[in-house]
Amino acid sequence: MDSVLGVPHSGWRGGPRRPDRDGHSAVDGHGRGAERHQLLPVLHAIQSRLGWITPGALNYACRRLDVPPAEAYGVATFYGLFSVSPRPPCVLHVCDDIGCMTRGGEELCRQLENQLGPAGSTCLEGKATWLRSPCLGLCERAPAALMSRAGETHAEKVTAPASSSSLTSTLELFAIDTVEDPPDRFEASSSAPQAAQSDHSQLKLLRRVGQIDPASIDDYRAHGGYDALRRALDLGGACVVREVANSRLVGRGGAAFPTGRKWDPANKPRYLVCNADESEPGTFKDRVVMEADPYSLIEAMTIAGTALGCERGYLYLRGEYPLAGQMLAHAITHARERGYLGGNILGRGVDFDIEIRRGAGAYICGEETALFNSIEGLRGEPRSKPPFPTQVGLFGKPTVINNVETLINLLLIVQEGGERYTATGTEGSTGTKLFCLSGHIARPGVYEVPFGTTLRKLIEMGAGVAGSGRLKAVLVGGAAGAFLTPNELDTPLTFEGTRAVGASLGSGVVMLFDDTVDLRKILYRIAAFFRDESCGQCVPCRLGTVRQEESLQRLHHGRPFGSVDNELNVLKEVGQVMRDASICGLGQTASSAVESALRRWRLF
Amino acid sequence: MGQEKDNVSIPVQGVNLLVPIAKGPVPTVPPPSPRGCVRVTIDGREIVVPEGATLLEAARAAGIDTPTLCYLESLTPVNVCRVCVVELEGSRTLVPACSRKAENGMVVKTNSERVRLSRRLILEFLASSVDVSTSPQIQSYLERYDARPKRFGTPQPPSAERDAARAGVHVPPDGSQAAAVAQPVKADNELYVRDYGKCILCYKCVEACGPDAQNTFAIAVAGRGFDARISTEYAVPLPESACVYCGNCIGVCPTGALMFVSEHDMRKAGTWDESQQTSTDTICPYCGVGCTLTLRVQDEKIVKVDSPIENGVTHGNLCVKGRFGWQFVQIREKPEERGDAR
Repeated sequence: MDSVLGVPHSGWRGGPRRPDRDGHSAVDGHGRGAERHQLLPVLHAIQSRLGWITPGALNYACRRLDVPPAEAYGVATFYGLFSVSPRPPCVLHVCDDIGCMTRGGEELCRQLENQLGPAGSTCLEGKATWLRSPCLGLCERAPAALMSRAGETHAEKVTAPASSSSLTSTLELFAIDTVEDPPDRFEASSSAPQAAQSDHSQLKLLRRVGQIDPASIDDYRAHGGYDALRRALDLGGACVVREVANSRLVGRGGAAFPTGRKWDPANKPRYLVCNADESEPGTFKDRVVMEADPYSLIEAMTIAGTALGCERGYLYLRGEYPLAGQMLAHAITHARERGYLGGNILGRGVDFDIEIRRGAGAYICGEETALFNSIEGLRGEPRSKPPFPTQVGLFGKPTVINNVETLINLLLIVQEGGERYTATGTEGSTGTKLFCLSGHIARPGVYEVPFGTTLRKLIEMGAGVAGSGRLKAVLVGGAAGAFLTPNELDTPLTFEGTRAVGASLGSGVVMLFDDTVDLRKILYRIAAFFRDESCGQCVPCRLGTVRQEESLQRLHHGRPFGSVDNELNVLKEVGQVMRDASICGLGQTASSAVESALRRWRLF
Repeated sequence: MGQEKDNVSIPVQGVNLLVPIAKGPVPTVPPPSPRGCVRVTIDGREIVVPEGATLLEAARAAGIDTPTLCYLESLTPVNVCRVCVVELEGSRTLVPACSRKAENGMVVKTNSERVRLSRRLILEFLASSVDVSTSPQIQSYLERYDARPKRFGTPQPPSAERDAARAGVHVPPDGSQAAAVAQPVKADNELYVRDYGKCILCYKCVEACGPDAQNTFAIAVAGRGFDARISTEYAVPLPESACVYCGNCIGVCPTGALMFVSEHDMRKAGTWDESQQTSTDTICPYCGVGCTLTLRVQDEKIVKVDSPIENGVTHGNLCVKGRFGWQFVQIREKPEERGDAR
């Protein structure tokens, strides 16, 4: 913990008591409580050192940070990756979400149950345990698993594609070996998810992915890196903001909000936040960019931060992305060393620095205001809007928050200008879009295509339907998106085009299901996902997600209350109240995929 | 407060304050500045409210009764119960009346089909998962919105496992029973019990324990989703927590999840009868603050003490002595009669 916070400077903060200095006066004054934002990093430190958050450690953390223990406990119990009860040091998280379900995730979990015991039980003489996990964002290499080992040599390891034998043998080595494993840093690039796209000349956002050494700033510069930052500083902040508005760029995180409207310098944004909490089941585009081209994100954040005059940038990274975290931390250190980040950037007298914050297993923290609360050391519960983040954001100050993919578009916009940027794509959706193809597709991976490409074309690029070869359904937009039938493959992939068929592009998930898949099982998993991931703050979502799952299970077991129609009506009403009355987007879209499937197929 | 301040005369050095001020023209009250007001249309009626007022205040000003559960005048709105949602023209979703500020030109419907459906479902959700039998307020709302919580099935039996629930993990249900928060009553001290099987998670007690009243922070919301619960750190019993037994959480609890031991025991014994109770306002005898106490008396015995929320001194809050320290009133025997001759 002290490695995060430094040595306590007084007895008031949990250090040794020194009566001569501490005496009877509180030396901290206004500083007390101001370090609460360190709570999440500190909890991470405890978890990764001890394997669970012990009362003693939490107590010390509360003393250091001046946080009431009850509140700190509330924060610790909010996140899926933390444990507040004793747990073995080695934990295997196995994805059983919809993406992995199409590629043997269920069988994998069943085999692990046979070999290691039911999920949550200890195995390997109390050294390890395994847990089911929501989507780990490795759908292109499904089924996926993530191992973490707590102790003096904390380590995390991603295994994908995983088999039960490879997992158990790796787990054994991982649990016993205390020597730090070499970080599996190049595993992602060697599996080359982006290479799924055969024609590299068309790539704009992904052009460096797989082509450069992600750990080398020189390689990045040799491929045009930091040209955009130089140009942005030449143009000046106002000009960059104008170009962004001209580009008609819209947010790529799922809500499709015009970036130009968020970027109003009149609000005097204090903080820039990059939302890299990519947790939508089936989404992995941001991870690929961060792992294979981390400097591009750092450069894009620097451009945004300096153009808007933000004093600080926060990069909120999903907790389940250890490799991306390593790559970004490495990139930030080197960018700082070379003068691309920190004080007096490129000798132009502008300052901007970036701090990485790691999430800890909570889908809801991808919601922008929940993300702010999470950074501030509060429970990741969304705030009521208005006020919007542009007025009252992180630490109560005006904040600009953008998704990873949105930000890296800046490099293009700055380089080629807003007007030229609009030449790609359609009228309502400009530029290119990253799509995450997974499920029953021959070549899963991240694809970059101009907006307006049809779903059929995209599937062709992915070398067609895998599995049985006969397509049954396509999930567009992830768990919060909608299912489409094979008859709707000519839908253009634009924000307006998908809206016309009652779907949404969301974060760019395109997950294919062949006709051997029982769509009902997919719906149960989605319903269970939302029940698990609801933050529990507002009634419609906290209970609506529970009632939705129960109703689906009644239909599944053939024991509907009243009739099947009655049950479908219950689902409809539950869906409507969640959509109408929930605080945030999670509750508002929690019924979206289920309802879209029930509209298109007679499943029960 | 503001009015009092205006009336205070400022002593000026060297001037005798008793000299009467010469008569001048009688000041007229200026008409209310149009800038400080906003006009909203609620259910077809135009209403003018001061700037900064919420839609709930506007609706109440117009005499429109809007149900609320997590809202209390003395606490910061958390807008989590969503039972006060109203339909705002131009808004994709319904908006919570308790926290949404009125803006000029807003057109609001408080009784549309959409609003009624949401309110009904929310009440059904709560009543199917929580024991709301000791909340007359929720009972009346259930009737008003024709809610049928039974349609989600019979609630699950009590479970002692809720405090150990892990975020993101749950046993898949079969749907035959409605998931409920039913759990054993927490009776770990002599002053009040916590029956979280009756908790609708309105956050009021957390706010009253925290920055809105007591600043003790003994309880907070822990867990996530349906497993979210009010808890001390590691769910330790209250005597081991930071609790100071001010009982302000009991004062704000809308469902009776937090209850005096006296009330809890009487309800258990079937002797609790509010129709037989009288309320008497008095001043707390302990210190010089002068808090107003409302004594609830049944069969000539104090059974419960609270303070009126509109009281300027307490705003409904008390301390452990005022709220719980009244047993001495009921000791009628002399010490020697009690055999307490120390």
